[in-house]
Amino acid sequence: MHHRYDVLVVGAGGAGLMAALYAAKGGVSVACISKLYPTRSHTGAAQGGIGAALGNVAEDHWEWHMFDTVKGGDYLTDQDAAEIFAKDIIEAVYELEHMGLPFSRLDNGKIAQRKFGGHTRDFGKAAVERSCYAKDRTGHMILQTLYQQNVKAGTNFYNEFHVTDLIIEEGRCRGVVAYHLASGELHTFHAKAVILAAGGYGRIYKITSNALTLTGDLMSIYYRKGLPLEDMEFYQFHPTGLAKLGILVTEGIRGEGGILRNSDGERFMERYAPTIKDLAPRDIVSRSIITEIREGRGVGRDRDAVHIDLTHLPREVIEGKLAEITDLARTYLGQDPVKDLVAVQPTAHYAMGGIPTDINGLCLADGNGTSVEGLYAAGEQACVSLHGANRLGTNSLGDLIVFGRRAGIFAAQYAQQVEYAEMPEDPERETVETLDRLKNASGKENSAMIRKELQESMMNNVGIFRNGPDMEKQVEIIKELKARYTQVGVSDPSVRYNSELLEAMELGFMLDCAEAATASALNRKESRGAHDREDFTERDDANWLKHTMAYKDLGNPDNVIIGYKPVSLKGYTRAFEPKPRVY
Amino acid sequence: MPEYYPPSNAAPNVPMMHIKVKILRFNPEKDKKAHWETYPVEAQPADRVLDVLNYVKWFVDPSLTFRRSCMHGICGSDAMMINGRNQLACKTLLRDVVKEGGTLTVEPIRGLKVEKDLLTDMEPFFDAYRAIMPYFINESPPPAGERLQSPELAERMAQSSNCILCAACTTSCPIFWVNGSYLGPAAIVQAHRFIFDSRDQATHQRLNIMNQNTGVWRCRTAYNCTEACPRDIPITQLIEEVKRAVMYQQS
Repeated sequence: MHHRYDVLVVGAGGAGLMAALYAAKGGVSVACISKLYPTRSHTGAAQGGIGAALGNVAEDHWEWHMFDTVKGGDYLTDQDAAEIFAKDIIEAVYELEHMGLPFSRLDNGKIAQRKFGGHTRDFGKAAVERSCYAKDRTGHMILQTLYQQNVKAGTNFYNEFHVTDLIIEEGRCRGVVAYHLASGELHTFHAKAVILAAGGYGRIYKITSNALTLTGDLMSIYYRKGLPLEDMEFYQFHPTGLAKLGILVTEGIRGEGGILRNSDGERFMERYAPTIKDLAPRDIVSRSIITEIREGRGVGRDRDAVHIDLTHLPREVIEGKLAEITDLARTYLGQDPVKDLVAVQPTAHYAMGGIPTDINGLCLADGNGTSVEGLYAAGEQACVSLHGANRLGTNSLGDLIVFGRRAGIFAAQYAQQVEYAEMPEDPERETVETLDRLKNASGKENSAMIRKELQESMMNNVGIFRNGPDMEKQVEIIKELKARYTQVGVSDPSVRYNSELLEAMELGFMLDCAEAATASALNRKESRGAHDREDFTERDDANWLKHTMAYKDLGNPDNVIIGYKPVSLKGYTRAFEPKPRVY
Repeated sequence: MPEYYPPSNAAPNVPMMHIKVKILRFNPEKDKKAHWETYPVEAQPADRVLDVLNYVKWFVDPSLTFRRSCMHGICGSDAMMINGRNQLACKTLLRDVVKEGGTLTVEPIRGLKVEKDLLTDMEPFFDAYRAIMPYFINESPPPAGERLQSPELAERMAQSSNCILCAACTTSCPIFWVNGSYLGPAAIVQAHRFIFDSRDQATHQRLNIMNQNTGVWRCRTAYNCTEACPRDIPITQLIEEVKRAVMYQQS
């Protein structure tokens, strides 16, 4: 089946829904396609808040937010993006409120704000209340509110359509091919502009806060075209996932006064970040936790977790402002934060890297600023490099609002200026080949088994601490898994709702993401932000103050070609010189 | 076939449970009607029902079909009937629903067309959602900052805005089963979310929708919805609040 829209949005999480809204406001026809139902997207799992210098609780300025973002990113953040972000997010939060988002409130009726990791006043002097929140289900409320606004705007939704290919010819994107899960049919979407906003790929790790559906599909499709993925070595582990399960426990828990303790009951963060302690940025807290565990001060049956302690807080705060995670801890661990210590461990959470874009969301084809005409990206899928080497808590929700909006605006403007570019004669050819291969392969291998081995090996070899030998081993493991993947066959012959086929395709995408992440990490011989190498423990600005661009070698598909892109070290009005990062 | 399939994600040193999972299967491409299939599984008491379903799908019968995504009760994908009660598979732990040697039954939610196995057609459910004008309406020009709202008035929306649209409530409602035109509990909860938002200006229009014969008066206070809600929303109470608001508007 064939469809035609001026602007097509892939993904219906926060970035996609914001992009779709703004594209529609630009007066063009818009459709949004998602492999889920829109309200199932993982933006809904974000808990703690959205950071904006509203100053409702304490004095705050966008410059301080910009500084925290740049320093939090270990100076790999592009400062032009950080400046736009820190300014725009203030307006954007008010806009969400005007869309009806039910924020928690202060006594004076303004939006409530609380502390979060790495958010400071006065360029690092002390923690500041910057996170605007709706209890501890801020992402859920953003997702619902944006979906509601799209219902109001009459956006065309194509639910449970799984994008299998991007049509890019002569440097311009012309549309996408998608597999309709309900019917098993292929659909071609012809568009003047396409916005990619389909989220991250946390499912390449065994312990993750990410949904089962976050398998890096569009990143992989982009990469398979010989186009680069940026900064894939920077993968964030959130310090507090529920032990064994990896389910997110918001940083808001520490923002409200929660304290991390080891098996001796010691508040260990005092040793690692004396100024802001438990509210240090995520990379630092995650490493501190793993260090405690490695040195034998872990808790739990396998001594592989630490405790978060809320027991000194009033019950109203715990059950009111932290209701969601209170419920999660009670349900899954049988631990009640009101009276029990809750066992947590770092969990794979967020990709700082992804499809490179400029500050308007336009996708980049190399490190020199060449763009892919008509193709935009936003949200976790994209790397405008707001987050650099480590993302501050609350900046993901901010990112998808600010840059989702920009992608929507600029894609609509572009679509108004151009005619439809011609589609190739047989746009579905590659997808048909892929599906045929999966349906007809020997079936000697099971995709679930390969996925499990990928997740375990990535966790062991490209996790919070990395080193050369382990990552070289991982390169070989991925090669072997890719070879085995060619033997994966789909046994369910059903045409309708063939979720086995969908999962098999997703595994192919995950293998690509893992390959690019591992190659990028092996190549970067320094420690910066979330990329911490045991064999190169220092940050090395002389050699590595640059973004990695990883390309699939189309001539030799097991090889990854590494290129670079300079970091923008200046904003429009502000610039922060790289300095040692201490808290 | 082994006596029991091995555990999906076993942690060491934890005692295993041996259970049978009885799943209502239906593939319209080959089945005339639904039938039960039973899978013996070895699992841990703290495993979720979803872990067991995933295990069966990944390692035993890949054709088993159901929706799932976040695995921790926030996306709303995996509402299904577990031991005769609507629940989210990802928020239901084995130790709470089955004993060693016991049988767990899993069926699709009722009142929506079954497309395949546990996966149902959600369109009628979302049609009802869209019918209540589920979006904030305030046509006055917004201020430079936020519209002010007291914490107490903000709290008025805390329960209704907790809804994840999983459909567990609506598909547990006997009225919805027999009368497909009833908007159902979830849509009324969504209406409540806006009716009691001090900033919203379309209360009157929404109450009119609630007052139609597809609206709140169909509710017979059976409390099935409240019992089914995985987010502990007191749905029946919220429906009663909407009924009262409709009556006050008329008087």
